Amino acid sequence: MLDLLRSYLGSTLTPGQANNQLWALIYVLIIFAGVSVAVMTMNWVERKALAHFQVRLGPMRVGPHGLLQPIADAIKLLIKEDIIPSEADKFVFWIAPLIGLLASFTVYTVVPFGPSQAVSDMNIGILFMLGVSSLAVLGVVMAGWASNSHYPLIGALRSSAQMVSYEVAMGLAVVSAILMTSLHGLGLYGVSKFGDGTGTLSMIGIVQAQQEQHVWFLFKFFPLGFMAFGIFAIAMIAETNRAPFDLPEAESELTAGYHTEYSGLRWSLFMLAEYAAMIAVSSIAVTLWLGGWMRPFPNWLSGSAWDLVFSLFAGLTFVALAVIAFVGVVRMPRHSYFRVQTIGLAGFGLLLALIGILLLGIVIGAKVSHHDILNRTTEGMTNVYWFLFKVAVFMYLYIWYRATWPRYRFDQLMRVGWKVMLPVSLGVLIVTAIVGVILG
Amino acid sequence: MLSAKCQVLRLMVPVTTIHYLVVAAALFVLGVIGVLTRRNVVIVLMSIELILNAVNLNLVAFSRMWGGLHGQVFSIFVVVDAAAEAAVGLGILIAFFRNNETINVDEIDLLKW
Amino acid sequence: MTPVATPFFFYLLSGLAIAGGLLVITRRNAIHSALALIVTLLAIAGLYLMLYAPFVAGVQIIVYAGGIMVLFLFVIMLVSLERTAKERQFNRMWPVGLLAGCSLLALFMSVYAKGKGLFVERGPQLPESENTQQIGIMLYGEAGRMGQYTFAFEIASLLLLVAILGAVIMAKKRI
Repeated sequence: MLDLLRSYLGSTLTPGQANNQLWALIYVLIIFAGVSVAVMTMNWVERKALAHFQVRLGPMRVGPHGLLQPIADAIKLLIKEDIIPSEADKFVFWIAPLIGLLASFTVYTVVPFGPSQAVSDMNIGILFMLGVSSLAVLGVVMAGWASNSHYPLIGALRSSAQMVSYEVAMGLAVVSAILMTSLHGLGLYGVSKFGDGTGTLSMIGIVQAQQEQHVWFLFKFFPLGFMAFGIFAIAMIAETNRAPFDLPEAESELTAGYHTEYSGLRWSLFMLAEYAAMIAVSSIAVTLWLGGWMRPFPNWLSGSAWDLVFSLFAGLTFVALAVIAFVGVVRMPRHSYFRVQTIGLAGFGLLLALIGILLLGIVIGAKVSHHDILNRTTEGMTNVYWFLFKVAVFMYLYIWYRATWPRYRFDQLMRVGWKVMLPVSLGVLIVTAIVGVILG
Repeated sequence: MLSAKCQVLRLMVPVTTIHYLVVAAALFVLGVIGVLTRRNVVIVLMSIELILNAVNLNLVAFSRMWGGLHGQVFSIFVVVDAAAEAAVGLGILIAFFRNNETINVDEIDLLKW
Repeated sequence: MTPVATPFFFYLLSGLAIAGGLLVITRRNAIHSALALIVTLLAIAGLYLMLYAPFVAGVQIIVYAGGIMVLFLFVIMLVSLERTAKERQFNRMWPVGLLAGCSLLALFMSVYAKGKGLFVERGPQLPESENTQQIGIMLYGEAGRMGQYTFAFEIASLLLLVAILGAVIMAKKRI
């Protein structure tokens, strides 16, 4: 048992490379549980944040400040009646959400949470991610067809046409990021040559290329990295059918599009697949352009003191959340009806504070005692924390876009996808290649 | 003299090139039977895709056997070709369907009347 | 890096591929055939991974399973009639087709049985981690020279252009 733990902590390879099946399985379980928790959290944050954007409060009743709302929703969906349309193709109706779920979750096999924390670092990692996320279209098409009804079919055809169109622009933006892994150069136009210029398709290799070249690809060759990132950011919103590209599933337009006829647990599988796909494409964006697990400013603010400061962020985030929870406790109305909610919120705040103090303790303990295991744990924790922080920023941006921007009409959507995104991404790719050759 | 079961197991365990070739041959024959026996044009086209995949598997297996990458590059070109052919074939099918409302190969037998 | 449990995965994937192939040619509903073909394509991608060809596996998933099969599904939805579900599935000469197929299979098997000694691994085995780079060098060339297949690559892109034009013109309502 103990040398199982040691076999993990002592290695610098991913479980896939080290042929360590037990740890690969443990990673898979952690990722599965983590994504499910993240989806529920995202549900709550979306409802509260949208509400606050629209100057209202959102769910407040179910738990303190609606914290138990996702659990209530999950229970409701589980006990709902499972309705299958009478003329529907039963097998295809059953398998469609599973295809979408499969496509969204398989992507997590190659997402790198740290330099050796990925389930398996395939050396065609990014190709695998693009391919598997293109399987999600099949789930949508199947769902629309199997429902045997007009609105789902039209919604499914529109949704899949949109996803396929924006996949092209997404792929080209990804190609230009990968091109950058094989080009030397520093930030603004190659002042000094860092890195050894071997291109790679593996996700961990891409982040390590950013590390070696001392620049996040967002800032490399200045407008080009940024434009490629912008194209990917817009295409990923269209790919996951979120606002402002959510015509196929907008309630006022097509009565919820391809998942109209699904109820209860099947619909929750679609929702799970959608949010998991959002988190997956955000992690691709973070890995390719935003430096993956690297902390901000690794070169401007370098040195062990700054390393310590940035490692404290993980614990400090939880402590800050605990402080917000306690402020909420203080502001609760002092009435006997609110007693349970106040106690619940105080308990939640206490839990967050404990987690924060534990994380801070690990960091400070590693600094004080220089124990090997504590050092590795700190490092791993910092990497995972910064990765998840950047992905969380993307998630918040998704909600912000939904609250702010009006919906694109479908023909406008397709026009933007083919006539604007595709030429711009081709242009960025060509100019990146030219700049790389000139400076190389 | 080994028993029959031992002999079969001895054949099974190290997976050599021939195993992949047998799988490819089986897929090829399934595709050929599909092309020859089905009446639905779309399923005939899908059987053609099966045949092309069997050929690809053969190419990649031989590429592994010979050690170079020529087989893999050739199979990439076969995939490109299959995509082009599927697109054009389905386009022709749609054009035909618009006029004649049938997708049985038996009934698609006149160019124009 | 020696692979783990190779015979198990080989038999699993090839069983899936052949079962999928059987379902493709025997299902009455075209959508079920398309789903079975997707399973076959993904199983074959897995077989490519076992043959140390990761790039071809990636191309197979992106182009075939994610692109061509979506195209097939769209067309099936466009041309599917209620009438076709009730008609005869196999054509009248199906015993002849089956016989031809089986004799072809017997021919293949006899060739492989007779020539067992010919299929021996030889030649340098390139490391898998450089597979994509090597394919790129063959397709695009390196250090100022053209690759071996650069010309074929350009012709393939021309082919795709022609196919796009052809498909669009064929499927348009009014030219």
